[in-house]
Amino acid sequence: MTVTTSQGIAAGSSPGDAVGAIGAAAAIMRRELSLSFRRPEHLVQPLVFFLIITTLFPLGLSLQLSQLRDMAPGVLWGAALLSSLLSLDALFKSDADDGTLEQLALSGQGLTVIVIAKTVAHWLVTGAALVLASPLVATALDIPASAFALMMSSLVLGTLTLSWLGAIGAALTVGLKRGNVLISLIVLPLAMPLLIFGASATERAISGTSAAGPLYLLAALCVLATTLAPFAASAALKISLD
Amino acid sequence: MDGLSVDKIHVWRGERHLLRGVSFALAPGQLLEVRGPNGAGKSTLLRAACGLTRPEQGEVRWGGKPIAAVRQEFLAQLAYAAHEPALKGDMTALENLHFAVSLRRRADAAELEACLERTGVGSCAELATRLLSAGQRRRVALARVLALRAPLWLLDEPFANLDAVGSAMLAAILREHVTGGGAALVVAHHDLAVGIEAGRLELAP
Amino acid sequence: MWTWFYRLASPPYVYGLAAALLPWLLGSAALAIGAGLVGGLVVAPPDYQQGDAFRIIYVHVPGAFLSLMVYCIMAAAGAIGLIWRIKMGHAVAAASAPVGTSFTLIALVTGSLWGKPMWGTYWAWDPRLTSELILLFLYVGIMSLRSAFEDSQRGDRAAALLGIVGVINVPIIHFSVQWWNSLHQGPTIAKIGAPSMPGSMLWPLLSMLLGFALFFGAVLCMRLKGEILIRERQSTWVREAVGS
Repeated sequence: MTVTTSQGIAAGSSPGDAVGAIGAAAAIMRRELSLSFRRPEHLVQPLVFFLIITTLFPLGLSLQLSQLRDMAPGVLWGAALLSSLLSLDALFKSDADDGTLEQLALSGQGLTVIVIAKTVAHWLVTGAALVLASPLVATALDIPASAFALMMSSLVLGTLTLSWLGAIGAALTVGLKRGNVLISLIVLPLAMPLLIFGASATERAISGTSAAGPLYLLAALCVLATTLAPFAASAALKISLD
Repeated sequence: MDGLSVDKIHVWRGERHLLRGVSFALAPGQLLEVRGPNGAGKSTLLRAACGLTRPEQGEVRWGGKPIAAVRQEFLAQLAYAAHEPALKGDMTALENLHFAVSLRRRADAAELEACLERTGVGSCAELATRLLSAGQRRRVALARVLALRAPLWLLDEPFANLDAVGSAMLAAILREHVTGGGAALVVAHHDLAVGIEAGRLELAP
Repeated sequence: MWTWFYRLASPPYVYGLAAALLPWLLGSAALAIGAGLVGGLVVAPPDYQQGDAFRIIYVHVPGAFLSLMVYCIMAAAGAIGLIWRIKMGHAVAAASAPVGTSFTLIALVTGSLWGKPMWGTYWAWDPRLTSELILLFLYVGIMSLRSAFEDSQRGDRAAALLGIVGVINVPIIHFSVQWWNSLHQGPTIAKIGAPSMPGSMLWPLLSMLLGFALFFGAVLCMRLKGEILIRERQSTWVREAVGS
């Protein structure tokens, strides 16, 4: 089958062939996930970091087991946030380095769809993995199993919000050489409320009181981030691509 | 295909006033070469023409309308090849093409393989692109341009890393594209020898 | 009137405006701050609960108020630069950022000093203090982002976007004392109805607020002049103004 471009011009793509936003998002997510799984060592790093930090604190503070439970929510959440931050740099960097980010920007699908697809895929391999690993870490920190459901719900909301905030930070710093430190500087101040509410929700779950308040606030922050962050991140990408 | 027209654009890179009042028009069936010394702004001109860089002054128009107003249509008819081949190293050549095309329409594997054959890298279809040589990567990038079936091509130094056979192949592809009603804006450092009349735009530093 | 707005986009005009306004702003700031200090430190009676320790309010509240106001100005100026591509917007944003940071530091430090006699601690992790601390980090983040880019245009735009994203922190700071049960006292001035301070204590505070705002205006003019000269150093009018 010979390929000539005149064929393409005459035939073009019929409207029925056109790819909608959902189809494009699915294609981008498939690509992100397959690329991530081809480099499993990169996937494991945030998880290992998570485990290491959560053992560092009890070791360093040489706490009695009873005191450990008091510190547990804060340590867990701090570790989760820092581990998620580690991998945020990679969200756009690899595509920017080899030039495929420009190709994505010129694909006609709109940067917002691209940002959403990449961020959700990124969360699936980092944040979601952290949430799944959290019971293990929680046991090491003496958090009772009864608190797990609430703890994991709060972590889902928190890590997702952090991925959105991280997308903004990554998009702003994608062209920079030492962007890693700067992303943390940008994202952490905005993420401090997550730490506060998340740790509070976990603490209440441990003590048995209602965690509804902090959870609702976490959910509100998550909704806010999900609706606004894609636009901010795509505006930031436009600036970086300029 | 509508025409691309660039109307007196000014682009600054940091402090440098890189493009000063550059204008040109590109209609279907035309080939335009962009020439100039290093640092003259050839790549920047291409990026401004496809909308990646917004000019501080002046306008880029597609079919008479500013590209910001007709962005979707414009991008659907555009294929841009940057100086870097822009391929994911961990994906095979075929996967790279498949992804690029799947963002615009349903991709047909047979057609994509044919494009790779046309540019001489059919045998590399199932190889991860990080394993390919620079010349082979360039050919895969060109295969992608073919596969997108776009009437307007913006190519930044497409002949880089190509051997004599490859250059002849690219010249033939360009000739076919332009005589078939497409348009191409090509940055090059030497005479294209495409065999058809080509306009020339010289950029001074 | 629109011609005046257009002229605000012109660097030499803004430079001249800043130079002309500077002495007036500086003078009136000195007067307002002077009056406020005299009124607050000397004239106003000691608080029946806190004694003389409350007088730090005359620096703390204006500092905190200005830290928020300057952030809003910086974010708005950056937005103007980003959306309408007016370079003077970015110049104002770049000039304001360090000043806003200083006001935030003043608010945090004076607040901390006040916290010791009032609450018994230099710091508490309550919503208003925490969100003011976040504001400090936001300022630093914006300034770091701007300076991290080699291409100053991109740096300006990235910093402007970050400024806009961070605006969400401003209402959180402002309303945090109403939304959450917090250690920090409630709003002092802006309560609907009569403010909760007696007049003799209130007017020095208002005078200090005005004075700080005028002082910010003066410092902004000074810094803006410098920013404009640096940004426009290639243009002819700067070469002529500075002298070759």
